[in-house]
Amino acid sequence: MAHGKGNSNEKIVYVGDSRIRKPHPDKPAPPDYTAFPGKSEAFIPNFLLKEWMAGVVVLVGFLTLTIAEPAPLGYPANPLNGAFIPMPDWYFLFIYQLLKYPYTSENYIVLGTIGIPAIMFGALFLAPFLDTGKERRFYRRPIAASLMFVTLIASVYLTWVSWHHYTKELEANGTIPEHIEREMKSEEQIAEGKGRYIYGKEKIPALVEPEDEAFSVTMKAQCIACHGTELQGQVGPMLAGIGDTLSHDEIKEIITNGKGDGMPSFKGTLSDDEIDKVATWLAKQKVAAE
Amino acid sequence: MFKGMYNWIDERLDVTPMWRDIADHEVPEHVNPAHHFSAFVYCFGGLTFFITVIQILSGMFLTMYYVPDIINAYYSVDYLQHQVAFGVIVRGMHHWGASLVIVMMFLHTLRVFFTGSYKAPREMNWIVGMLIFFVMLGLGFTGYLLPWDNKAYFATKVGMEIAGSVPWIGGYIKELLAGGTIVGAQTLTRFFAIHVFFLPGVLLTLLAAHFFMIRKQGISGPL
Repeated sequence: MAHGKGNSNEKIVYVGDSRIRKPHPDKPAPPDYTAFPGKSEAFIPNFLLKEWMAGVVVLVGFLTLTIAEPAPLGYPANPLNGAFIPMPDWYFLFIYQLLKYPYTSENYIVLGTIGIPAIMFGALFLAPFLDTGKERRFYRRPIAASLMFVTLIASVYLTWVSWHHYTKELEANGTIPEHIEREMKSEEQIAEGKGRYIYGKEKIPALVEPEDEAFSVTMKAQCIACHGTELQGQVGPMLAGIGDTLSHDEIKEIITNGKGDGMPSFKGTLSDDEIDKVATWLAKQKVAAE
Repeated sequence: MFKGMYNWIDERLDVTPMWRDIADHEVPEHVNPAHHFSAFVYCFGGLTFFITVIQILSGMFLTMYYVPDIINAYYSVDYLQHQVAFGVIVRGMHHWGASLVIVMMFLHTLRVFFTGSYKAPREMNWIVGMLIFFVMLGLGFTGYLLPWDNKAYFATKVGMEIAGSVPWIGGYIKELLAGGTIVGAQTLTRFFAIHVFFLPGVLLTLLAAHFFMIRKQGISGPL
């Protein structure tokens, strides 16, 4: 066939092949590049190999980044987390920042979400119909080129300001981004030989003597609301295994007088005898040697 | 032997004209970085496609381990990143590739704009290119939620609020995207389906149209 270079004993002969077009005076002929000056070459393999050189440069940079910086992962989504600073991916920051200005937010939010983006993206979308001149060089198309330059500078500026605000806010709150904190905790735990840190999958030590009256009666009435039904920690810290870090007297002191903003004083709510029993039982909560 | 196989297929299907369309067409000198170093700016489109292929391949491997469910999504990502062989590389490529594909597409758009290559008769290809741009942003937005960590969750919530502020239809858009009134279990499965099936399907169709038009019209001439 086409491949067989004038080979006349082909088995099939195509007649009226739709792919062979007759030249039409009104329609432009598909270009061959004999009209362009210089050395043309075949797409595959000649040109593609040269383009692949550019591809290799990008690929090496890309893989270096991938190996040097593992993809970030924070802590599991918690819809009740009120303190989290929301942040979209970097290529949405320009529009995120745009919506923070007085005339593009609150009562004027429609201008921010629809108005300005519709004009910008609409103009970009319809660029071939707005910029209809024959001239292709950008320095001979001052209006189109300068509009594009201004938009570029504005987008870069908005992205930068958004990121700047975010880093300032992190600093002001003393917040470490979760994906970084998670990496740090993991490294710490691995250094201690405990295995990698997985949020929500910490090992909860088994309770010692769970049938003791101090737990089954007293603590179930008062403590589990904050410290969790198995003392695994909830609003308050985990108490399972507390005996490893605090002594009987220290625990007694905390129950009697409270601690920080969260832990109330139980003096008066519980009798001295009850507090002593609870503290004695908690002091026994040590992680069993494995 | 290959020639024999080729001839056998060619006799039956007449593949030579197809091969000529795909491979054996001329590429002019002014876009060839081997002749003019500055012609590397003409590579950005091809590089966008290259990164897109990487995204599709790495994404296919990620779905082998990823579970689109609010209890397990986070832990499946944690698992595939830390326990699965080369998981950290595959997820890293997909994560950074998402940014890189935006960068490349952006540079390609600027090249086309500043060389005036969108002018007649190539207006339709510019429109298709812009549609690809929006599909890519959609892929970025839906993919961002999938690890189901706090960053993903709250960014999506903000995105939903922005969608909800559109006059009249905002509430409907929001509910359609979220699959309900809150960002939750339905949102995650919905975003997964959009990210893995709907948008890639649209993207491949648009890319086919993009490439078909380039072949039909040829590369725009030197400035």
